[in-house]
Amino acid sequence: MSGFTGTSTYVATDDLRVAVNAAIALERPLLVKGEPGTGKTILAQEIAKALGKRLIAWHIKSTTKAQHGLYEYDAVARLRDSQLGEAKVHDIANYILRGKLWEAFVAEEAPVLLIDEIDKADIEFPNDLLLELDRMEFHVYETRQTIVARQRPIVVITSNNEKELPDAFLRRCFFHYIRFPDRETMEAIVAVHYPGLQHDLVREALNVFYELREVPGLKKKPSTSELLDWLKLLMVEQIPAEALRAKDAGKLIPPLHGALLKSEQDIHLFERLAFLHRRERGG
Amino acid sequence: MFVDFFLELREARVPVSLREYLTLMAAMRAGVAAYSVDDFYYLARATLVKDERNLDKFDRVFGHCFKGLETPLEEGHGIPEEWLRKLAEKHLSEEEKRQIAALGGWEKLMETLRRRLAEQKRRHQGGSKWIGTAGTSPFGAWGYNPEGVRIGQEGNRNNRAVKVWDKREFRNLDDQVEIGTRNIKIALRRLRQFAREGAASQLDLDGTIHATAKNAGWLELKLVPERHNAVKVLLLLDIGGSMEGHVRACAELFSAARAEFKHLETFYFHNCPYEALWRDAERRHVERTATMEVLHTYDAGYKLILVGDASMSPYELVQPGGSVEHWNAEPGQVWLARLLATYPKSAWLNPVPEHYWGATASIGMVRRLMEGRMFPLTLDGLDRAMRQLAR
Repeated sequence: MSGFTGTSTYVATDDLRVAVNAAIALERPLLVKGEPGTGKTILAQEIAKALGKRLIAWHIKSTTKAQHGLYEYDAVARLRDSQLGEAKVHDIANYILRGKLWEAFVAEEAPVLLIDEIDKADIEFPNDLLLELDRMEFHVYETRQTIVARQRPIVVITSNNEKELPDAFLRRCFFHYIRFPDRETMEAIVAVHYPGLQHDLVREALNVFYELREVPGLKKKPSTSELLDWLKLLMVEQIPAEALRAKDAGKLIPPLHGALLKSEQDIHLFERLAFLHRRERGG
Repeated sequence: MFVDFFLELREARVPVSLREYLTLMAAMRAGVAAYSVDDFYYLARATLVKDERNLDKFDRVFGHCFKGLETPLEEGHGIPEEWLRKLAEKHLSEEEKRQIAALGGWEKLMETLRRRLAEQKRRHQGGSKWIGTAGTSPFGAWGYNPEGVRIGQEGNRNNRAVKVWDKREFRNLDDQVEIGTRNIKIALRRLRQFAREGAASQLDLDGTIHATAKNAGWLELKLVPERHNAVKVLLLLDIGGSMEGHVRACAELFSAARAEFKHLETFYFHNCPYEALWRDAERRHVERTATMEVLHTYDAGYKLILVGDASMSPYELVQPGGSVEHWNAEPGQVWLARLLATYPKSAWLNPVPEHYWGATASIGMVRRLMEGRMFPLTLDGLDRAMRQLAR
């Protein structure tokens, strides 16, 4: 069995590997949850890359309906054509627009289908897709045809937990919660993204990063993607590792902190804590 | 063995169904997790757990079923982690190790532990009887006793197996724990009610097509009002006195509610709502709003959420003049009943943990007045309250 073991740009932990392989083997959707910025969306891209398959991404918004993934009937275009007296108006199939699911079903080779941020949509959305994802087929009412998947695509669904998903839907999925990576995993992730980065810079940066995550009361804790952005900035600006280590007065806020702390309140909070910390040390 | 595991999961209230069990069997047959206990654990977790809140329960059941590990102590008997944090390690010679006598069978050990837990009140370290770190007592961590029970040890000092499920890394995702703002927002989101209200400003495509088709092709435009969250919430918060200890939880709830609801009205009260409420808690002796006025201003479409510990003298509820602050002509329960009559959709959130409710008479009385619609201020309780309100 050709399994997923991570790629040269993605570190997959053992539990993630097992979950992905189970989803592939049993042809069931894989539901991925986790803190923002821990690589949920990237996962689908990496699975596609690792298995050499095409990725079809369907990004969900609050207005997305399940029907949009299947097909849409462009009635307005047909209406306009009828008023202009065009010939193609007689065939309704000309006005059926294929959705992402349809695209994935009729692909030559089974693709990876990403349904991104499913919790953004209406509460009924997952329920409306139950049958389609289970049986991998649906019916087009306008043309009276049934679309059946040639091969079952690998379906990856991500959720940010803004809404609870219905039980019936959950029962059909494999579930994986991406835990925030521990230091060891994080070092591996950094190494995969920026090979050849000075070792002591990484170590100091991770020190600062995990310390920052420990600060109580932060609105948005920095996550993996923010750490990677920050490291990139540090490299571009050529900040030496010593600058991160500097614990003397006035330098308690890490350089280029804008990449890590995204809200004004968090920066204020951090500054205040740093100030108190300094006073304690001084006194 | 697997069936027992499945049944035990259900008993621990992890929502698993036959379908998931069969999926697990199918995955095993497909060879997804061949010959490795860790892989089997990951596979079972991906198959049977569908919500991160249940991961901790799953880990406990898995540990119990497949390793004969310790069952968790009953609720309320948890050991403060601080006791067991590694402070020092004790190194024993081989001879000393031999000298440590085993206490007897497993049952006896657990029995003794339970008794010991009841006796011990303070943190303890070293020594050979009490629970703590680096000692030779059978209970605790980072010590040595051949027949010991390990409690909350982070590392693996004596090289006895600590399995992944034993680490219980998902502990803080259990839905009984205290809540943070973002989690509260998600729970409050249950209340969302989308409705179309106000001026028709959006093109109704389907309606237009229908109308046009009916008109035999002559275009007829249809408009509808925009869709938005129309839920209206009246939030009454208890402040001062016994609520001091719950300020943080209440502040979190308040800030989450403010971000979540467009129509949110907030008032404060002390212990029990009487004839006046306050908009601003700091100026409560200067500016008051008559409760009657509140009842008349906000219609029955508002959902009423009361937040308070409901811990007060029973006289405050039943006796005119029972209030601790002022002379009230009518007792608290009359005003509470009035509020409930005006707002049929209502709930009381109580920051006091649910299993202490029985200990305070007034909590029971308020609960009766609320017809049982009192919920603890935890994520789970909030969820139940929102379901109740959304009904």
